[in-house]
Amino acid sequence: MFAYILRRLWQMLPTMAGVVVLVFVLFNWVGGDPSYLLAGKMADARAIANIRAQLGLDDPWYVQLGIFVRQIATFDFGNAWATGEPVSHIIASRLGPSLTVLVPLTVLETTIGIALALAIAFVRGSLTDRLVMVACTVGMSISILVYIIVFQYGLAYKLGLFPVQGWGEHFTENLLRYATLPILIGLAVSLAPTLRLFRSFVLDEVGQDYVRTARAKGLPERRIVWVHVLRNAAIPIITYVMANLPALLIGAFLLERFFGIPGIGREVILAVERSDFPVIKAITVYVAFATMVFNLLADLMYQAVDPRVQLT
Amino acid sequence: MTTVSPGLWTLAWRRLRADRVAMASLTVVCLFLLSVVLAATGLVAADWEDEVAVNYAPPTFVGSDPALSALAQPQRPVPPNAFDPLAGDIAQLQTQLAKQGHATHLVKKTTLPFGADKWGHDVIRKTIKGGQTSIVVGLVAAFVAVALGTLFGALSGFYGGRVDDLFNWFYSVFTAIPSILMILTVAAVLQTKGVLTIVLILGLTGWTGPYRLIRAEYIKHKAREYVLAADAIGASGWRKMFVHIFPNVSHVALVQMSILVVGFIKAEVILSFLGFGVPVGVVSWGSMLNEAQNELILGKWWQLTAAATAMALLVTAFSLFADALRDALDPKLK
Repeated sequence: MFAYILRRLWQMLPTMAGVVVLVFVLFNWVGGDPSYLLAGKMADARAIANIRAQLGLDDPWYVQLGIFVRQIATFDFGNAWATGEPVSHIIASRLGPSLTVLVPLTVLETTIGIALALAIAFVRGSLTDRLVMVACTVGMSISILVYIIVFQYGLAYKLGLFPVQGWGEHFTENLLRYATLPILIGLAVSLAPTLRLFRSFVLDEVGQDYVRTARAKGLPERRIVWVHVLRNAAIPIITYVMANLPALLIGAFLLERFFGIPGIGREVILAVERSDFPVIKAITVYVAFATMVFNLLADLMYQAVDPRVQLT
Repeated sequence: MTTVSPGLWTLAWRRLRADRVAMASLTVVCLFLLSVVLAATGLVAADWEDEVAVNYAPPTFVGSDPALSALAQPQRPVPPNAFDPLAGDIAQLQTQLAKQGHATHLVKKTTLPFGADKWGHDVIRKTIKGGQTSIVVGLVAAFVAVALGTLFGALSGFYGGRVDDLFNWFYSVFTAIPSILMILTVAAVLQTKGVLTIVLILGLTGWTGPYRLIRAEYIKHKAREYVLAADAIGASGWRKMFVHIFPNVSHVALVQMSILVVGFIKAEVILSFLGFGVPVGVVSWGSMLNEAQNELILGKWWQLTAAATAMALLVTAFSLFADALRDALDPKLK
């Protein structure tokens, strides 16, 4: 087990190096000269030369790459260009609000998705099944923007059931007051694709031999679906949920932006709007690393759920 | 008498024909594509920027808004004023405009079939024009992504070894970064707004899905007898890959493309909404939603409804068609 984790971490190194090089190339060669952005509209040659020296842009590329790697390793990306706030502080302080929305959203989405998928699998092929699937396809076709705009206007602005936007100081206040509507909207948006996917996972299991055996020995259908099928369908579900967690951190950016939640996603949008390169670079690299680590965790959980899986 | 056995495409077409949902969704998709062609050639909605109605003119079935109707009266030309030094110039300008066919004192409509936006543009024409942008971006970007994915997948699967390692490394790097973050990062780097930029962003970040599947197909096909036969008559690597093998895996590319189009239309709408997409002056469903967001608070719901409905209709039809296409081309998968 320990050897397996070590080897997986070792295999991650080339990918991590690739991510670092990709981000470095994008920002240093594909993008324009950031010193012009920083110097503002009244830039003269001296100011630009000054900024270039400060940013280390006059150094050879391998020195710049070395600095970038050191920044990643020490969590020290300097200060954000737009606000002067340290980048590490931005990431640390924006993580909490993001998770306040994302953790309840993921838990609810997964449990409701599993329950509905198993219930639908009960009546597979029936009219209900087909209608639910059509409803899912239609629901997925409406832009997330429309969900947010309409719900925010209808439920928060018109009916006043929720605050239109805002964020407080205390966790419980945030969770129960400000995060409720974003979580509900996130659920409305994500449930349709989740249900479609989980249903296919469940249906893959329903045709298996062990299900026929369980039926043959007279187990009630309820027990077959909720115990036997669920345990086996849990494997792809866990992989899916785990592997998608880091992406969700960014994926909720529209919710965070509309509801004024000071999270990571909104920070990325702000940084792109302001061309705040250090912030984007840091978030991209760390989210990519997190994705790789979570993929490994998913594989480790595999074994916990399914003793047949041998990680070697 | 010889019977010719039907090929893959004929069989797939027969299966599609038998599928009522597929044919219905194909019809809807074709209607949208027709509107794109008509809009692109200027036959329809070329005049969407004409301010044909009063600001925020409501849809006809709602009835005109008395508060806005006052604006519909043609503005009375200011009587020539002896003290105004520019009066002569203005009069000259107005006669010139009138000669060129620009009616300066046009009576603006108080209602339109589906209302007007802030500037009095016809919402229906604007939706058609916006659809042109969004659909073209989706189609072209999906083509770029699938072309890249096919090229990389073909090289990787066909040659294997070092080439395969290299592209697999690319793949793992690109998939480590969540696609939405990748898109935003590239948008931040490229700085220039424009339709071509969005196509590049989406195309360059979306090749990983097609790559994985095409690579698997090439690995499967390269050991088949027809490829060995092509090898025996001295066909070059490129010829084997793209003349011999590609027609046999092209259905995978087509299905992937139909799936990507849906995702890319959605992505374009979000990018344009955020202001990272189409430049000012180009209308897309995303920029319409952006305007509509503020209009909704004023109670002007028609632009939001028009853009949202058009997009939902197209995306629903396209997803249903993509599903049916996959089932028809790859019946084993069902």
